[in-house]
Amino acid sequence: MELYSLTAHELLEKLGKKEISVEGLCSSVRNRIEDTDSKVKAYVRLAGSPAVVNPKAINNGSLSGIPVSIKDNICTEGYNTECCSRILAGFKPPYDATVIRKLKDAGAIILESKTNMDEFAFGSSTENSCFGPTHNPWNLDCVPGGSSGGSAACVAADEAIIAIGSDTGGSIRQPAAFCGVVGLKPTYGRVSRYGLIAFASSLDQIGTFTKDIEDSCLLMQVISGHDPMDATSADLKIPDYTRSLGQDIRGLKIGIPKEYFIEGMNREVKTIVQEAIAKLKDLGAVIKEVSLPHTQYAVAVYYILGTAEASSNLARFDGVQYGFRAKASKLIEMYFKTRGQGFGQEAKRRILLGTFALSHGYYDAYYLKALKVRTLIKNDFDAVFQDCDCIITPTAPTPAFRIGEKSEEPLQMYLSDIYTISANLAGIPAISLPCGFVKNGLPVGLQILTKPFAEETLFQLGHAYERSTPWHKMKPKL
Amino acid sequence: MALSRETLKYVADLSRIELTPQELEKLSLQLQTILGFIDQLSKADIAGIEPTSHILPLSNVLREDTPRESLSIEKTLANAPQKKDNFFVVPKVIE
Repeated sequence: MELYSLTAHELLEKLGKKEISVEGLCSSVRNRIEDTDSKVKAYVRLAGSPAVVNPKAINNGSLSGIPVSIKDNICTEGYNTECCSRILAGFKPPYDATVIRKLKDAGAIILESKTNMDEFAFGSSTENSCFGPTHNPWNLDCVPGGSSGGSAACVAADEAIIAIGSDTGGSIRQPAAFCGVVGLKPTYGRVSRYGLIAFASSLDQIGTFTKDIEDSCLLMQVISGHDPMDATSADLKIPDYTRSLGQDIRGLKIGIPKEYFIEGMNREVKTIVQEAIAKLKDLGAVIKEVSLPHTQYAVAVYYILGTAEASSNLARFDGVQYGFRAKASKLIEMYFKTRGQGFGQEAKRRILLGTFALSHGYYDAYYLKALKVRTLIKNDFDAVFQDCDCIITPTAPTPAFRIGEKSEEPLQMYLSDIYTISANLAGIPAISLPCGFVKNGLPVGLQILTKPFAEETLFQLGHAYERSTPWHKMKPKL
Repeated sequence: MALSRETLKYVADLSRIELTPQELEKLSLQLQTILGFIDQLSKADIAGIEPTSHILPLSNVLREDTPRESLSIEKTLANAPQKKDNFFVVPKVIE
């Protein structure tokens, strides 16, 4: 068994028993990247061997010696962080994001090359990257999903042990589903966003990509917690997540929202998810149909609020303090040219849509209305969680689509997030885990959603499912 | 809601983004399609519903106003496209 193919908890055990060395582990991962990344293209700025940022980090921390891959929108002091956008070309952050500091404190090894993403996390396929697309390890002609497609693909391809991504409307869960790995979006406020380059501040959350549930627990234990540097981080005690592993799920109440099993959903995906639900029932969970009546509005609400917040957050990229600057003789001309040349097509579309939604005369009709419908969507979840411990849905309506298939049709691309967006609007935690494969060999993801700050319920249910199914053990042939 | 090319040009100016005529043409069509989809929000019954701008019950998070170390000038200017002494340099602002 090659070291790169193992999970973090398996490797930590071997490291603890001195069966393997950190150097051996790092070179195994490095060799794997060298062998396969020319096909997958999960990493960006990968010049020769990927360097590691703190190879001497070895301490007694809970992730000591484990390499971690990081999405290109999370600041690593002194190492390029460009959001896969031309406008941030060459940007080396002057500080570490809080999650990076916590990972380093836990002894993790940070890879210098970052993982590919849609520019500024705008997209569902990783095609909107200034470095070109990442390829799905299960079928190189397909997208890995997005926007954290590089983080999902590198874990799926064993080019990483664990990875960090961000999720604003599904950007962790949808690529995790497309690549057959475990992807967790924690509760809004559970993990500090200090040092995450902002897309939509009321929706963004940092989360994890792992090969199994136990690694998600491990990683969440390290990155969760209150941070005075992020005013939106919640000052709540962090439970011992590993205690939810191996727990019985008998009597756990699972709601199945009828609005999610509708037209437009791939038939094979539907069957596979229904089989997963039947499996959970066999394990003793109580299954009941529930209703989230405002589901149909989620995508529209998201594309108003997400773009409005993005248009404001991205105002800072003006060529003055960092990144790309276009040549110009006057300041105002420099702004126009820098932003016109520096942003890609999807970034421009979103900034323009968001600016429109916030502009005089349209604010009430779009932005304010979307905020009110957001309340209705949140109320739907509150009502269901009165009587259910969690909700189960497919993560995405289809398996991975082909590269180029939706890149000229933004609305079709937006609709691939139809099942994941609501969790961000409601601020609740959600996880995607592998639950089978369609006939052509592409993986399918099962999404579990639960109450705010109840990530342990996701781990409990996810782990029970994982122990009785083989899906998380499957590896793509590369 | 129709998004005319004039409106899009106005929004692009507000956003400080230079668009080529081809971009203007293409984006105007794409944004019209997206806004057409978004118009379904008009069907939602929002009478008496309060807006949710933020999901956590937090407001006015304050900390003690104590001095602490901030970024050095050197680090602050390290990424500047153009700098001189302790300043960012930009093209002329006033004619």
